[in-house]
Formats: sequence, structure tokens, C-alpha cells
Amino acid sequence: MSATGETIVGSRVIVSVLGHDRVGIIAAVANILAESNINILDISQTIIQEFFTMMLIADMGKSKIDLAELKSRLANIGEELGLRIEAQHEDIFRYMHRI
Amino acid sequence: MLTIQEMFETIKMVQKENLDIRTITMGISLRDCAHSDVKIACRKIYDKITKLAKNLVSVGEDLEREFGIPIVNKRISVTPLALLAEASETESYLEFAHALDSAAEAVGVNFIGGFSALVHKGFTNGDRKLLDAIPQALVETKRVCASVNVATTKAGINMDAVWRMGQIVKETAERTAERDGVGCAKLVVFANVPEDNPFMAGAFHGVGEAECVINTGVSGPGAVRSAVAKVVGTDFGTLSEAIKKTAFKITRMGELVGRAAAERLQVPFGIVDVSLAPTPKVGDSVAEILEAMGLERCGTHGSTAALALLNDAVKKGGAMASSYVGGLSGAFIPVSEDAGMIRAVQDGALTLEKLEAMTCVCSVGLDMIALPGSTSAETIAAIIADEVAIGVINQKTTAVRLIPAPGKDVGDFVEFGGLLGRAPVMATNVFSSADFVCRGGRIPAPIHSLRN
Repeated sequence: MSATGETIVGSRVIVSVLGHDRVGIIAAVANILAESNINILDISQTIIQEFFTMMLIADMGKSKIDLAELKSRLANIGEELGLRIEAQHEDIFRYMHRI
Repeated sequence: MLTIQEMFETIKMVQKENLDIRTITMGISLRDCAHSDVKIACRKIYDKITKLAKNLVSVGEDLEREFGIPIVNKRISVTPLALLAEASETESYLEFAHALDSAAEAVGVNFIGGFSALVHKGFTNGDRKLLDAIPQALVETKRVCASVNVATTKAGINMDAVWRMGQIVKETAERTAERDGVGCAKLVVFANVPEDNPFMAGAFHGVGEAECVINTGVSGPGAVRSAVAKVVGTDFGTLSEAIKKTAFKITRMGELVGRAAAERLQVPFGIVDVSLAPTPKVGDSVAEILEAMGLERCGTHGSTAALALLNDAVKKGGAMASSYVGGLSGAFIPVSEDAGMIRAVQDGALTLEKLEAMTCVCSVGLDMIALPGSTSAETIAAIIADEVAIGVINQKTTAVRLIPAPGKDVGDFVEFGGLLGRAPVMATNVFSSADFVCRGGRIPAPIHSLRN
């Protein structure tokens, strides 16, 4: 967290994609991240209980946009593709699963 | 590196199992707002609250977006008003209630707790005036919540206060009769009240607390129920572990969000209240957890044991997850706010007597229970007396939030809507307690309070 309490662009976010499998999901998400200079660190995908699930960890250290803008762009593309795409601060996951 | 299963689990908890931060509550000390002129005191109260809590709602909304976890309520708790209103030369404390209400409205919170008095050993003049103001204050204001502590393990039970609160509950119900007595949903009577509880209606900012703190209340009955459902048929050790682990994860959310909120608001972080607080929403029920443990209906024999296991496992899991755990911390059993409880009452499985037994092993007390409108003030006082006795003897917090619904009887429903939910009117014992509760004075503190 910065001293002024603003959203930290320098930390990591987790982008999650949930929905039915189709062509072009990874390409669409990766494009949004690439055009804003957000680096993908890790990608995982699997089918869990009939949902196509993809999670990726990205570094917003040199991002051209803030988290709110990223969420908005991902939500839009998600709506186009019929998927639920979220971006959340990594901390929420780290805090829950690591002591 | 986190695994995809772990990430999916977190997302599932939030999106499917109703995991949320139930409240971020800013506790504000109003001790420095006391003044002999009531208008100046109210002005100081309004100014201090609106200054400190100016960004509370917007920070809550920011965190909600960034972390992707709902923060359902942003609230404020203040110093028990009787303590500072006392300095003002006025006969009516209604003006203080309005000051709190206006300040809450200005900053955008939905409840402000602390129109309260601590009378476990006796009344001061200020205490009396505050109690007198409660019924009308709860009619005239929207956001103000009131609470009165009538007993502690060290002081015993102030039965004069218990008797008076029986009258006040009844009067509050009558004055809000056209809304099923909803005023009573904003009024709690306590034994051993905690100073840092972030949940309404019993929240206030205790006298031992700092200038300003952030406390969070998490909630996740749905997530716990889901974990319990996965271990059906296993032994009690396995069941306990499953609940503990889930409680850990849930509490971590409260810790993270609480710390983040405190930092952004430049205010110290207080505590995480590790409570399982249900809502009327489907899948957000504590009763359903008990039923998932193997009881056909919440309220049948075994419910007290099941709740004891649940309450304890929640605390153990939560204790590891947070640096400072406080407030009520345990399982809540508010009848109107729990779809499973409502069903259990309607099916005849859950009675007032069983609820009283269950309060011995969980964190709140007799909460959000609708009674027939004809219930006398003396009977209400006697129910309060029973509940505070449980708290005093067992050295725990207990509380009573009863709604004697005017014009309604067993078989009817009271409808409050929103988080307050709806409740089936429950039967009381028909025999009188009047000669007992009217005796006056204090029930002395139990022998085990002499711990020195």
C-alpha cells in the first residue's frame, strides 16, 4: 500500500476467467494486458466442475492503467465472450491460503 | 505460488457461498465532546464523527472493488452516550440521538451504535435520562442503535435495570407498532458487554478504547456449511478440523480488509470479530450448518452440543488468523436473520427454551426473536433476567433483542425486510414472573467473580 493509500500499481493481481470454453479466451485477455504493459507471470487453466477456469498472475508494476480501469476492460471483454472475468489484488488469495 | 485450486476456492467462497466482510465499523471516542450546553455538545459530536468518518464509505467501496470481496456494511460506533450526555444541563437526550443520526446520514453509514448506558451496578442521573429517551429516539431516528449493559460477572445483575428494560422494550415496540415493533430491532440488553463489538445493534466504542479504531466483522456461514457438507459421516475430530480451517480462511479476509481500511483511513486497526453471522439469504444460515452436521432440524436434541462444537471451532480457527480477535466472536443465532432458524421455528423444532439453552454455548444470546404483542413487560424482564444470569454465571457475553410485536400472536410473522429479515412469533410461558422481577435491587455477583 502506498503512503497516500492509493491503489498500488506495483503489486500483483490475479485475473480469473470462469465460463464455457471457446476459441480466443487466452488471446483476448492477454491482449488487454499486453496493450497496457502488464506482464503475465503465470497462467493456469483447468476444468473444475464443468466450468472452464483460467487464472493468471500478472504484475502491474509498469502498467499504463490502474486496477479499476483493468477490471472495467476485462469485464467488457468478458461480457462479449460470455465469461466472467475478474481482476483482484493478489493479497486476498495470499492471506487466505498462507500463514 | 498459489495453486489454481486455492484461487478457485477463494473465488467460490465469495461468489457462491456468500463469504463477505459483514461490516467495517469505525469506533469513535466522543469523550471530548461533553459540554454543559447540549447544543454545543451535539455540535461537537456531529463535527467529530463527520470529520473522522468522512472517507469510511468510499474506502470501503474501494477495497471492495480491489479485493473483489463484498463489504456489506460500513458503520460507526461511539462512546456510550450516557457518559458524555451527563455533562449537559438538559432533561431530554433526544437531541443527542438526532445528532448521531444526522452525522451517520452525512457520512453515508447505515447504522450508528452507541446510544447506550452501562448500568450493571446502578444508575447515574445521565443513565436514567438516556434510558427514558430510548423508545422515542428509536422512533424518531433511522440509524441510531441503542444498548444497555445491565449485568457483569463482577458486579452481579442490576434487577432494577432489568425490570426497567422490560418496560422500555415494550414501550419501544408500541411506539413502532405500525412497523411490527421494528424499534426493538435496534435495541439490545447485555450482560458482560464487549467494548469493541463491530456488529449492530449492540456496537459501541468502549471507554477503554483509543480515539478512533477500525474493527471488522466477517461472516461466512455459507462457506462453513459447504465445508461441513464435504465431511458428512466423518468423526467429530474431522468435523471440527474442517470448521476450524474454514474459519481461519474467513477470518483472514477480515484481517486483510481491516488492516487495509485502517491504513487508508489513517486510523489504528482494532480487532477482527470472528463471528458467523447469518443473513436471511438462502445459503447464509447458521441453522443449516447445524443441520449439515447431522441434525434433522435445528432445535432438536443435540443442537446445543452441535452449536458448542461449531462455536469453539470457529474461535480456534479464527484465533490463528488474526493478530487481534475481539468483539463477540462465535456463532450468532438471530432468528429473523436466518432462513434455517425460521424454518425450524415454523416446523415446531425450535422453541424459545431451546434457544435459551443454545445461548449458553454461542456468542450472542436471544437475538431477533418476535414475541406475541400481548407479552407483558414483566415477562420480557424475566426473559432478560434469565439470559443475563447465563452470561454472569458463565462469564460470557449474553444479550437479548426481543420484539414483542403489537397486534401479533403465535402463528403470525413480523416483517422487517433487508438484513433484519422476518420472524415467526414465538410462544412464551403463560405463567407469571411478575412477583419475582419486581423485587428490586441487585442480584449479587457470583462467588467465582472473587478472583483476586
